[in-house]
Amino acid sequence: MTATIVVNGIAERLSFAPGDMLADVLRAAGHVEVKKGCDTGNCGACTVLVDGTPVLSCAFLAARAEGKAVTTVQGVEKEAARFAAFLGAEGADQCGFCAPGFALTVIALSREIQNPTDEQIKAYLSGNLCRCTGYESQHRAVRRFLEATHARH
Amino acid sequence: MRDISGLTGHAPADTSISSDKIFSSVRKSSPKIDAEGLVLGRPAYTDDLAPSNALVVKLVRSPHAYARIVSIDASRALALPGVACVLTWKDCPRTPYTRAGQGFPEPSPRDKFILDEYVRYVGDEAAVVAAVDEETALKAVSLVDVKYEVLEPVLDFEKAIDNPSVIHPEPEIYENFPIGFEPKRNIAAAYRMEVGKVEEELARSEVRIEGAWSTQAQCHVALEPHAAFSYLDLQGRLNIVSSTQNPWHTRRIIGMTLGKSLKDIRVVKPRIGGGFGAKQTIHVEVFVALVTLKTGKPARLSLTRKEVFRATFTRHQMRIEVRLGASRSGELRAIDMFVLSNTGAYGEHALTTLMVAGSKTLPLYNKVASVRFGGDVVYTNKVSAGAFRGYGAIQGLYALESAIDEMAAKLGMDPAEFRKKNMIREGETSEVFRIMGEGTEGVAMTVDSCKLDYCVRRGMELVGWDPKELSREVGPGKLRARGMAIAMQGSSIPLIDMGSARIELQDGGSFKLHVGATDLGTGSDTILAQIAAEELGVELKDIAVYSSDTDHTPYDTGAYASSTTYVSGSAVQKAARSLKRQMIAAAAAKLGVAPGEVEFDGKTFKASGGKSLTLYDQSFNTLYRDGEAMRTLSATESFTGHKSPPPYLAGFVEIELDTQTGKVDVIDYAAVVDSGNPINPNLVKVQVEGGILQGIGMALYEDVRYSESGRLLSDSLLGYAVPTRADVGRIRVEIADSYEPSGPFGAKSAGEIGIDTPPAAIANAIYAATGVRLYDLPFTPEKVLKAIKKARG
Repeated sequence: MTATIVVNGIAERLSFAPGDMLADVLRAAGHVEVKKGCDTGNCGACTVLVDGTPVLSCAFLAARAEGKAVTTVQGVEKEAARFAAFLGAEGADQCGFCAPGFALTVIALSREIQNPTDEQIKAYLSGNLCRCTGYESQHRAVRRFLEATHARH
Repeated sequence: MRDISGLTGHAPADTSISSDKIFSSVRKSSPKIDAEGLVLGRPAYTDDLAPSNALVVKLVRSPHAYARIVSIDASRALALPGVACVLTWKDCPRTPYTRAGQGFPEPSPRDKFILDEYVRYVGDEAAVVAAVDEETALKAVSLVDVKYEVLEPVLDFEKAIDNPSVIHPEPEIYENFPIGFEPKRNIAAAYRMEVGKVEEELARSEVRIEGAWSTQAQCHVALEPHAAFSYLDLQGRLNIVSSTQNPWHTRRIIGMTLGKSLKDIRVVKPRIGGGFGAKQTIHVEVFVALVTLKTGKPARLSLTRKEVFRATFTRHQMRIEVRLGASRSGELRAIDMFVLSNTGAYGEHALTTLMVAGSKTLPLYNKVASVRFGGDVVYTNKVSAGAFRGYGAIQGLYALESAIDEMAAKLGMDPAEFRKKNMIREGETSEVFRIMGEGTEGVAMTVDSCKLDYCVRRGMELVGWDPKELSREVGPGKLRARGMAIAMQGSSIPLIDMGSARIELQDGGSFKLHVGATDLGTGSDTILAQIAAEELGVELKDIAVYSSDTDHTPYDTGAYASSTTYVSGSAVQKAARSLKRQMIAAAAAKLGVAPGEVEFDGKTFKASGGKSLTLYDQSFNTLYRDGEAMRTLSATESFTGHKSPPPYLAGFVEIELDTQTGKVDVIDYAAVVDSGNPINPNLVKVQVEGGILQGIGMALYEDVRYSESGRLLSDSLLGYAVPTRADVGRIRVEIADSYEPSGPFGAKSAGEIGIDTPPAAIANAIYAATGVRLYDLPFTPEKVLKAIKKARG
C-alpha cells in the first residue's frame, strides 16, 4: 500500500505492506534516528511522536500513521540538542542507542506535565529502558533539563 | 581521604586537585565528545550505515536442542525470485574455530564450525539465506527444508559430565593449549589450584561453614542488537562493519577461519549500542562475510531481539561450593571453592570465566593460611555462554561474599568488621595473583593502590551502618534491612592485552588521535582524548579522535577485561609524550636553541631571550615552510600491563522485603569505589551506577527459563525483565581518592567492578531481614516466600 505520512513537517509518500510497523517504514525511508531495540514494544528506543503523543513505532502499524504528523528526534532537534547538553553534563549519554527515543519522551513530558515530581518523571519515562547508566545520571539530567525548560517559559 | 564525586546528584563531580597532583584535562567530567550527535540520532550504528543495496541475511535456526542434520533441501527457497543464496555446512570450510573474541591463541577450545552437520541448541545456525530484501529473506528461510535426526540433549548441567550423550563428538576440534578440554566427557575446560593444605587447615579451624550457591545465565540486553554488514572495496578487499568490541580479533578469526589473508580484510567498528561483553564475539560478522565472498555483493545482518536472546551469548551459569574456616577470634584461615560452570553448546570463555571466579575473588582475603580453587566447565545443549561484565567474578563473589557473611554471623561478628579484619590492604599481595591468570599462569604483584578500607568505612558512614540494627520493621509484614559485600576486578590481562595509539600534529595546531581501542558507549574516545590533552598540555577541544578501524588505526586487543583506560590510555600517554618531545625538538631547531631550553605551554614554545613560536605557526612550518626539514610530527606507541591493578568496591544495600508476598525492593544502594584516579569522574560514576543496576537485575529480576525440551522461554523483553527506572529507589556512588602508580595519570579500570556486589549484598540483606539465606539467583518473590515459609516450618 501507499500512504502519505507527514514526517518532521514534510509530507512523504511511502510504500509499505499493510502489516509493516512504523519503525521499519521510517528506517527504510532513511529516518535511521528511529532505533529498534526489542521488536516487542518494551524498550522505548523506537519512540516517535504521532500527532504529538509518544508511541512505540515498532508496535504501531505504519498504516495507522496515514495522514498524521510523525515527529522523530530530528523534528525537535533544537530541544533535543538542549537536552543532550544536560545529558552530556551528567555523563548520562553512554552508548546513546536509547537516546533519540528517550529524548522524545522527555520532551513530551516537558510539554505535558508542569513541575513533575521524581515519581512522575520515573513513571512517565519507565517505558524507556537504558541498560548502560543505571538511570541515576539520566534522572539528574532530566530534572535539570525540566527545571531549565520551565525557567525559560 | 576525600570523596571527590559528591554525595548528591547536584554536587559538582569535578575537581582539579587531588591529594598531590594538579591536572588540567584529566580528573574532569568533560561531556562525551559524541553526546549531541548520538541524542540527535545521527547515523552512527552499524545498521544505520548499511548500504541500501545490501543483500539481507537471515539464518535458518535449529528448533531442536540437539540434532544431526540429515538433509537440507533449499530448492524451493532458491526458486523464490530475489533469493541470492542458501548456504549450508557443505558450503563452509571444515575449520574449527572459536567465536570468543580473545587474544591469539585463544584460551577457548576451537569447537565450532561456521555451519556444522550437528546443531547443538535451539537457535543454533543450520543454514544461511541471503535475499534482496527482508521479506524475501524471511520467506526463503521458511522454505528451506531441513530434516533433522533428533538426538538426546543434555539440559541439566549437573548431569553433563560423562553423560551418554556427547555434545561434541567431532574429531577435528581441539584446545590451543592445555585447558582441561575433554569433549568426550562433555568437559570444555577444567582448572585446579591449591596453596597450602586446605583440608588440614579446615580441620584445624575452630569455626567452619559451607554451602553451595547457584547463579543464572544472565542475558546482556545491550539495547542495540548485534549487527554487521560487509562489502568488497575497489581492491576486492573484504570490508566488514560490525558492532564488535574487538575489531582485530574479529578480523583475525574470520580471516583464519575462511582461509583469507588478513591484509585482505578490514574491520570497522562504528558506534555500538552497548556491549557488556555481548559483542566480544563473532556472531554475525562471519555470515555476512560468507555471503559477500560467495556472491560478491554487499550483505547485512541485524539480529532480532529474540535471536539475541536465543542465539548469542549469556553469562556462565554456575554452582559454587564454598567452605570457609576461621578462628574463633575472627581470623579467616582457609577458603575452599569449587565451581561447576555451564558453557552451553560451545566453550567460549569457558576456562577464563571459571578462573576469574577465583582470581578476582580470593585475593580479597589474602591473609588466609590456605586456599584451594577448582572447577569444571561443562557443555550442555543450551544457549552458549560467553563474556559478560563481571566475567566469573560476580558469580564467585556472590558465593564467597555470602559465605563470608554467614561466617561473620556464626562468629557473632559485624560482617563489616569481619571483612575489615581479613581483607587485602594497600602494599600487600596475594599468592593468587601469581598462580592464576586468565587461561594461563598469573603475574605476581603487590597492590600499590587499594583504598578498600576507606571504601568500607565510608560506605558504613553513608548508610549509617549499625550492626545491631541491620533489620527493622517498617509496617505490617514489611522489613527494611541492610547488607553489604566487597569486590575487586582487574585492569586488563597483563602481558596479553595490548593497546596502541598514534597521535599526529596537524596544520592549524590541532591533533589527531588514532586508537585501536573500542568505545562501547563507555566514553573511552573522550577519556583517551583527555589523556592525550593532559600529556601534551593542550585543550581537549584540540584533539580529534578516530578509533577502531583495522585499516586506519593502530592495533588494540579490544574493549574487554576492564582494559581500555589502563592499557589503551597508557599507550595514548606514551604516544603523546613522544610527540611532545618531537614538537619541542622541532621548535628548538627553528628557534636555534637546544631542546632543553624550550618550554611548551600548550599554545606557544618559549625559549630564553624572549624567543617564542606559536604552535599554530609551527604546525604550518613543519608541513609547508621548512624545506628539507618538513615532516609529519607523529608518534605511535604501544602498552601492555605488567600487572593488572584491581579496582575495589564496597557496596551497601538497603532493601524492603514484604514477608506476605516475598517481594524485595532495593531502596538504596550506596557504593564507594576505588578505580584509581578517575580520568573523567562522571563517566566512572555512570559506569559504576550502570554496573550496580545490572547486578541488581541479576539479583532480583532477570530470571532465565527453559522449556523441558530445551527451548529458551525468556527470550524477549516481555519475558525477561531488565530493571526499569521505576524499579530501584536510588543508587549512590562515591569515588575514593586513589592513585595507581602504574596507570595513566593514576587511573585503574571502572567498567566491570560496579556489577559485582549486588547479588551478595542483597542476599545478605535478605538474611538480615529474615534469617534465611538464599542460595539460588535470582531472588524472585516466589523463591523468597518459599524460603521464608520453609524456615518458619
